[in-house]
Amino acid sequence: MGILEVKDVGKRFGGLQALGDVNLSVKEQTCHAIIGPNGAGKSTLLNCLVGKLIPDTGSVMFDGSSVLGRSPHEINQMGISRVFQTPEIFGDLTVMENMMIPLFAKRDGAYRLHAIESVDSEKSLIEQAHQMLEEVNMIDKRDMHAASMSRGDKRRLEMAMCLVQNPKLLLLDEPTAGMARADTNNTIDLLKEIKEKRDITIAIIEHDMHVVFSLADRITVLAQGTPLVEDTPENIKGHPKVQEAYLGETQQV
Amino acid sequence: MFGLEKKDANLLLFVAALAIFAPFILNPFPEGSAMAQFNAGYPDLMQRFAIFGIFAIGFNILFGLTGYLSFGHAAFLGVGSYAAVWMFKLLSMNVIPAIILAVIISGLFALVIGYVSLRRSGIYFSILTLAFAQMCFALAYSVLTPITGGETGLQLALDDPRILGVSQTPEGNIPVPGLFGLEMRESFEMAVGPWVFTFNIGYYFCAIIMLLSFYLAIRIFRSPFGMMLRAIKSNQQRLNYTGLNPRPYTLAAFVISGMYAGLAGGLMASMDPLAGAERMQWTASGEVVLMTILGGVGTLIGPVLGAGLLKYMENILSKINKGVLEGWFSFMPDGMSDTFVFLTNLFVGKQWHITTGVIFMLVIIFLPGGLVELGKRISGMFRKKDDDNTKSAKAEPAE
Ligand SMILES: Nc1ncnc2c1ncn2[C@@H]1O[C@H](COP(=O)(O)OP(=O)(O)OP(=O)(O)O)[C@@H](O)[C@H]1O
Ligand SMILES: [Mg+2]
Repeated sequence: MGILEVKDVGKRFGGLQALGDVNLSVKEQTCHAIIGPNGAGKSTLLNCLVGKLIPDTGSVMFDGSSVLGRSPHEINQMGISRVFQTPEIFGDLTVMENMMIPLFAKRDGAYRLHAIESVDSEKSLIEQAHQMLEEVNMIDKRDMHAASMSRGDKRRLEMAMCLVQNPKLLLLDEPTAGMARADTNNTIDLLKEIKEKRDITIAIIEHDMHVVFSLADRITVLAQGTPLVEDTPENIKGHPKVQEAYLGETQQV
Repeated sequence: MFGLEKKDANLLLFVAALAIFAPFILNPFPEGSAMAQFNAGYPDLMQRFAIFGIFAIGFNILFGLTGYLSFGHAAFLGVGSYAAVWMFKLLSMNVIPAIILAVIISGLFALVIGYVSLRRSGIYFSILTLAFAQMCFALAYSVLTPITGGETGLQLALDDPRILGVSQTPEGNIPVPGLFGLEMRESFEMAVGPWVFTFNIGYYFCAIIMLLSFYLAIRIFRSPFGMMLRAIKSNQQRLNYTGLNPRPYTLAAFVISGMYAGLAGGLMASMDPLAGAERMQWTASGEVVLMTILGGVGTLIGPVLGAGLLKYMENILSKINKGVLEGWFSFMPDGMSDTFVFLTNLFVGKQWHITTGVIFMLVIIFLPGGLVELGKRISGMFRKKDDDNTKSAKAEPAE
């Protein structure tokens, strides 16, 4: 049994079958990549995992309990953090404030009325936020307005916001899209290090095959809402079906 | 100081200084001079500055931080007023229990109205709050007349029980609101040459409560709770996926700002012990929106300044009538003075709303950050000049 068990999940948008009978099992402390052409349903699948969408059919179990019917904040509190395909950060807040919010959520739960003590008095949380910002090389940007940063920096910030929560399962939707090569490599290194050091499971959607083959322990290829194959990176590289459906057309490996 | 950062403590001290010296600051013109009509240092108006300051500070906690624009906050002001007057009728003329009840009752109203209205956001939220407030207004006028006094409003009477006080004074009058013997209406006058300054107990009581409210607002702004509220305004979706439930946060902000409104309403009744349904009308709800935007949405001091500016214009502009204008322009030749009187008259007296309308539009278009932004721009200009000066000063020796 994996930490994440997706069984027969289907999702239809009007006449479009975005997902049809998806089965996916992600083992604990592995990195599972999901690849596939544009419109294959990769983001839709993640949406079904975090409570953004409710699948029409099937079940999603995380860590032994169902996530279906739970609201996004409850699912996060179960230990799932997600980086979105278009960066979702608090644009009007500073980088540091962006880091503090997930830390409060982790420590205090979904809600706590702490209206009198000041944020600045939370020394240990501030310390954790600083450490995480150091790890993603953003400490010098701590007082910046988050909206004013480059797209790549926003992505790194969003990833830091997820990592600082120390989630059991980290969902990444194209985390390196829009990043400079150097930042992409840093991100790969960071994720490798996190994977080694922490008790974390990662599911990653990526078009950049360099990222996929650097990180993934297993790969699922999704096309038109159904998984074509699931295998190790080595086997996926040479798989004829994959070449045909995806890699052959869009990217050279 | 007081658990505040230096910058915030300075702001608090600045507002405190304004409040303490308001009788001087607002009365810059000698009594009897032509400019005396621009003086605002009389008790009634100063009380309103402080009271509407509280109203706007509270409103800004909801609107400024979360971005939820309520169009029904006057309902809480009205409810607070009714609650306070009832306390004067039933318990005693002491203002403390009156404003405590005002805050509690308006908080309960805000809990119910907020719980329902916050199921929607954006324009639908605004419409829901407006509908609720208009409902309160209509109820106060009709079925609730036994509690609200209907059209005449809720007033004190000689036969009110006042179980901890007296129903009437030995002289047979209705007692007046006070604080342990200090009567709210009491004033002291100080004459310095041709200037007259008035110090009113009621005003200073309101000012102290306003400062406490302001202090609390600063603490809320700097707290994790305040940060969450700003995060809700910025990206509610991200907040959800970060494990936080926005609903209780917005509801708490709504209730807190409703309690601020109730406090303002209670103080209003404490200064003048009557309450009428018109305090709940949508125009009154709109007024606090204007104040907040005029001053600067989401800033600490903006709402206080906005409330002051709007109340000043309402009271001072509306007092200027044709006779006054004729006096001003009497130095001009006849035809010309008539034209000037006619034109200016469009913007004063009963038509003072036109002036506020124009100012409001100008602010929205040119100064979306309100008076606070104006202040920042002006100080920015000075700083730039300073920079230029130092630059040229440094450059000179090199030449
Ligand atoms: N909320 C929605 N309503 C209607 N259709 C949707 C919705 N979300 C996704 N779709 C459609 O479902 C299909 C799958 O979309 P999805 O975003 O999951 O693809 P993807 O694999 O993530 O693609 P990409 O690589 O471009 O991100 C697309 O055809 C898309 O247009
Ligand atoms: Mg996608």
